[in-house]
Amino acid sequence: MAEPLLEVRHLKVHFPTEDGVVKAVDDVSFTIDRGETLGVVGESGSGKSVTFLTIMGLTNLKSARVTGEVIFQGQDLLKLPVEEMRNIRGSKMTMIFQDPLTSLHPFYRVGDQVVEAIRTHQKVSKKEGMDMAVDMLRRVGIPKPDERARQYPHEYSGGMRQRAMIAMALVLNPDLLIADEPTTALDVTVQAQILDLIDRLKEEFNAAVVLITHDLGVVAEHCDNIQVMYAGKAVEYGDARDIYYNAHMPYTWGLLQSITRVDESTKKERLKPIKGLPPSLIFVPPGCAFNPRCPYVMDVCKVEVPELLPSNGHHAAACHLTLAEKERIFKEEVLQQA
Amino acid sequence: MSVEVNERTEPQRTAEHPPLVKVVGLKKHFPITRGIIIQKKVGAVHAVDGVDLEINPGETVGLVGETGCGKSTLARVLMKLYDATEGQMFFDGQEYTRFSRRKMQPLRREMQMIFQDPYSSLNSRKTVGSIISDPFLIHKTVPKGKIKGEVQQLMELVGLNPEHYNRYPHEFSGGQRQRIGVARALALKPRLIVCDEPVSALDVSIQAQILNLLEDLQDEFKLTYLFIAHDLSVVKHVSDQVSVMYLGRIVETAPGNTLYRNPKHPYTGALLSAVPIPDPDLAKQKKRIILEGDVPSPIDPPSGCRFHPRCPRAQFPKCKEDDPVLTPHHPGQLAACHFPLEDQAVIATAGAPT
Repeated sequence: MAEPLLEVRHLKVHFPTEDGVVKAVDDVSFTIDRGETLGVVGESGSGKSVTFLTIMGLTNLKSARVTGEVIFQGQDLLKLPVEEMRNIRGSKMTMIFQDPLTSLHPFYRVGDQVVEAIRTHQKVSKKEGMDMAVDMLRRVGIPKPDERARQYPHEYSGGMRQRAMIAMALVLNPDLLIADEPTTALDVTVQAQILDLIDRLKEEFNAAVVLITHDLGVVAEHCDNIQVMYAGKAVEYGDARDIYYNAHMPYTWGLLQSITRVDESTKKERLKPIKGLPPSLIFVPPGCAFNPRCPYVMDVCKVEVPELLPSNGHHAAACHLTLAEKERIFKEEVLQQA
Repeated sequence: MSVEVNERTEPQRTAEHPPLVKVVGLKKHFPITRGIIIQKKVGAVHAVDGVDLEINPGETVGLVGETGCGKSTLARVLMKLYDATEGQMFFDGQEYTRFSRRKMQPLRREMQMIFQDPYSSLNSRKTVGSIISDPFLIHKTVPKGKIKGEVQQLMELVGLNPEHYNRYPHEFSGGQRQRIGVARALALKPRLIVCDEPVSALDVSIQAQILNLLEDLQDEFKLTYLFIAHDLSVVKHVSDQVSVMYLGRIVETAPGNTLYRNPKHPYTGALLSAVPIPDPDLAKQKKRIILEGDVPSPIDPPSGCRFHPRCPRAQFPKCKEDDPVLTPHHPGQLAACHFPLEDQAVIATAGAPT
């Protein structure tokens, strides 16, 4: 097998605070191949954003303790000097965020902001830069791009702004695009447009995409592989079919049972929410972090941290239940509900 | 066997059960003015532009639409937080469109609201106890000495620890704060609760907890809900009847299952096809109707059918000139379209077990 585009090994991001150490990311490992879309799901505070901000080199190293390895195209990004990291960020590896209004500078024209992104990494004239920017705005589906490039972010609608962000992120032909909740602030119709756009551009640029989201529907439609995160740990990893038709982790089951579905057959089937609240990342419960909320909790769960072990091929889950039990419970209880 | 104490137990769309809320031709226009000293009206935002709506007792009516379609304005006009520009509103047969503040007060007890953002809808300088006791102090339904007991009972009812009476909102998580909002809305034992995006800001697992709570409370207190959200799957889950809004108008209304299986308005079809389905195989089979562009400005809505500039089925000149009216299709279904969709146009495998 070819070398993966990105390999993360035992990444830990800990923030020491006065109240204790916040273990935002606690020993996470995964790989991403070229052309792959990886979906990362989890609740607020599960560490999904911090993982990728750290990979991008965007965590404040003064307040965070980062250990592990992030190997991108053969280099360990965590060991790179700040200058070199700056060259990679924005050209080979780019990121778009949830709220496009706060990610764009309100005082500068959209076109100029895209040009700035280009000229930071490539030696081109302002004129050439603007031509590239306008061309990219056209490719992300902004009508009349030469006029639109001269407008300010407030003159764009929410969907348009996210398109402009995508244009800025992809104009330098990056190898990896990290999209952190790119459509959470948008309406469903616009969400569908933006996600299709990301899919199409991924093919065009032969890039890899990480889609961080809490929406299990979005993940099902657009991702090849899925990583479920809980309390700073990856608790399940597999391809889309593994997760939706054969999930092995009670937290994933809980997520699948909590969602309302537009295609559910009858109205008012009661939802089965996960009881309780996600734990504080300072006082993570001993053993499996999910054990206080888990309906299938056993004694061992309260003592021993389960490892993320593969069961068949690459499908892996961190849970002490035996494989047979997982499959039985999923078939009998989860599928009935979902 | 339960004994039917309340006549509002069984929601039915019949003449014997008049609707709890009835809205006829409701309009809300916000004027746009120019000039500082002498203000001239130069236009208007047609936020709500001719809405008819009926909500039966004990029923949940869902209202969906994109940002800026006027669904929240409609809710606020209904609550008389804004004055209607035109049209009539009835609560339990009584018209209250032009009620004064004082005349409105007893009605406010009957209708309450839950807001989207549990962070900004609670006063951060007040304790939970005083937030929930405010309705009692304003309406004086409970003697002062008994308020604390009532509040703690309410807190328990919505799943909060009554001992947290003296805590401040920032000490609670998003889901717990939304429970505080629910407790405050329930304090005066209203008959109607308008929920404006009550779960949009919450994580899925917490969202499910709040939806279940709202359902339980509806059963227990025979509540009537107007449930506003942009998430079609949430609306479908809670609602008996779903209305779809576009640019200030209701373009389609139908019982949830009918709406999902056989949407008639192309806008409903597009909206449904855009909802991601959490099932990889079903998602692949879905027929997608991708809409181009954004919602037009409500300052100058398009002529004829308001959806015609984005509609994949529009035929000219009819759709551009002729404004369609709501016409019946399946039982309980009304849609305003000249060229409605065929049955099963969006999803071929509706509700297939996974």
